[in-house]
Amino acid sequence: MTPPSGITLATLSKDLRLEWRSKDAINSMLFFALLVVVVFSFSFDPNAEESRHIAGGLIWVAFLFAAVVALNQTWAREVRNQVLDAYRVSPAPANSLFLAKALGNFIFVTILEAAMTPLFIVFYQLRSLGPAWQLLLVAAFGTWALVVNGTFFAAMSLRTRSREIMLPLLLFPISIPAILAMVQATTSILLGEGARFWIVLLFTYDLVFTSACLLLFETVLEAE
Amino acid sequence: MKRIFPILSVITAALLGYALYAALVIAPTEQTMGDVQRIFYYHVPSAWTAFLLFLNNFVASVVYLIRKNPVADIVALVCAEVGVAFCTVVLITGPLWARPVWGIWWTWDIRLTSTLVLWLIYVAYLMLRRFSSSGQTPVLAAALAVFGALDVPLVYFSIWFFRTQHPQPVIGGGGSLAPAMWHVLLLNWLAFSMFAFLVCWSRFRLEKLSREVDETQAMNALLDEPVSNRSAR
Repeated sequence: MTPPSGITLATLSKDLRLEWRSKDAINSMLFFALLVVVVFSFSFDPNAEESRHIAGGLIWVAFLFAAVVALNQTWAREVRNQVLDAYRVSPAPANSLFLAKALGNFIFVTILEAAMTPLFIVFYQLRSLGPAWQLLLVAAFGTWALVVNGTFFAAMSLRTRSREIMLPLLLFPISIPAILAMVQATTSILLGEGARFWIVLLFTYDLVFTSACLLLFETVLEAE
Repeated sequence: MKRIFPILSVITAALLGYALYAALVIAPTEQTMGDVQRIFYYHVPSAWTAFLLFLNNFVASVVYLIRKNPVADIVALVCAEVGVAFCTVVLITGPLWARPVWGIWWTWDIRLTSTLVLWLIYVAYLMLRRFSSSGQTPVLAAALAVFGALDVPLVYFSIWFFRTQHPQPVIGGGGSLAPAMWHVLLLNWLAFSMFAFLVCWSRFRLEKLSREVDETQAMNALLDEPVSNRSAR
């Protein structure tokens, strides 16, 4: 029998291959984020000093919106042709599937961030006053915080009418502490102040909600 | 059981009336804020009642996840609905008081923000219940309630740190409350929680009956099928 990690890897590589060939999620996400960046950039038109104060918020709001675009498509492929039902009757553990989907989304959103960050730097003339490597930590923890709950709530909103709108309605209220932590951490680093508390808070958030998702995903997947 | 309900309703109505009188007339006028402070006797009991109902919702949701007991699901639903109503009262009366006393309608203070986030989470909870297809609603809603409960301490800590960095107008809650005010406050809270309990109770009965009706209709639809076939023959 395949070990759980094998199932995770198989599902993940299948999703990545599908995405590599179709580029559905990544293209719509990238273009959407680009539009958000451009719209923000001429609605605020800040100078270099102002932008340090507001960039953290703008960046993460743009990533949050773009991530929702990707998260909404997470389970769409599995619903077609009843793949999800087939998975449910198979003996494969539900959490392997969940981890594969969450990791897949993490990779997509990370690619998006890597592509969009240079644009932000150019449009907002950003230069960090604090240690910039800490931004990588914030990005990793922050992205995981959005993606792990997003994947879970996407699976939940799959069972609802008007599922595209349901995901942000569930995700945003629960994500408020994470969003606050990401924005504050980014702003503090850009301004050269300490961001330790916020990074620890993000890490705690990740820990708490990853456990909660793994604990409850099977129940939600099996719900009839 | 059926006789207790009207008796309890009368007692609650009398208590609510007396509590209102106590809040408006008996309670001493606050020295610095004046009569505006009297909204406090509506604001604080509503908040306590709302938090209690949300706590009930969480406990009922956990019970549902473990036992899959439909009664626990109805309790969770009812507590969330009534809790959102009381929480709305809190969020409306708060700014009404804050404007004359602080000079601002709203500040991102720890208690205000936590209450607002709690309200948002439970509105999302009710939306989820409304939009999901009936069979899976209880499980999905219970899972969301658990997520919400985990979220609240994190919200609290994040706002606490957010605001200790940037000091804001101090909340008037730090001082001690005069005993006469305490009495009126507790009296109001008693009246409010009895009222909330009554509303929850009748909502519970309504929900239970409507589910029974649904089930009976479904059963009848199943049973009618062979009967009508037989009569056609």
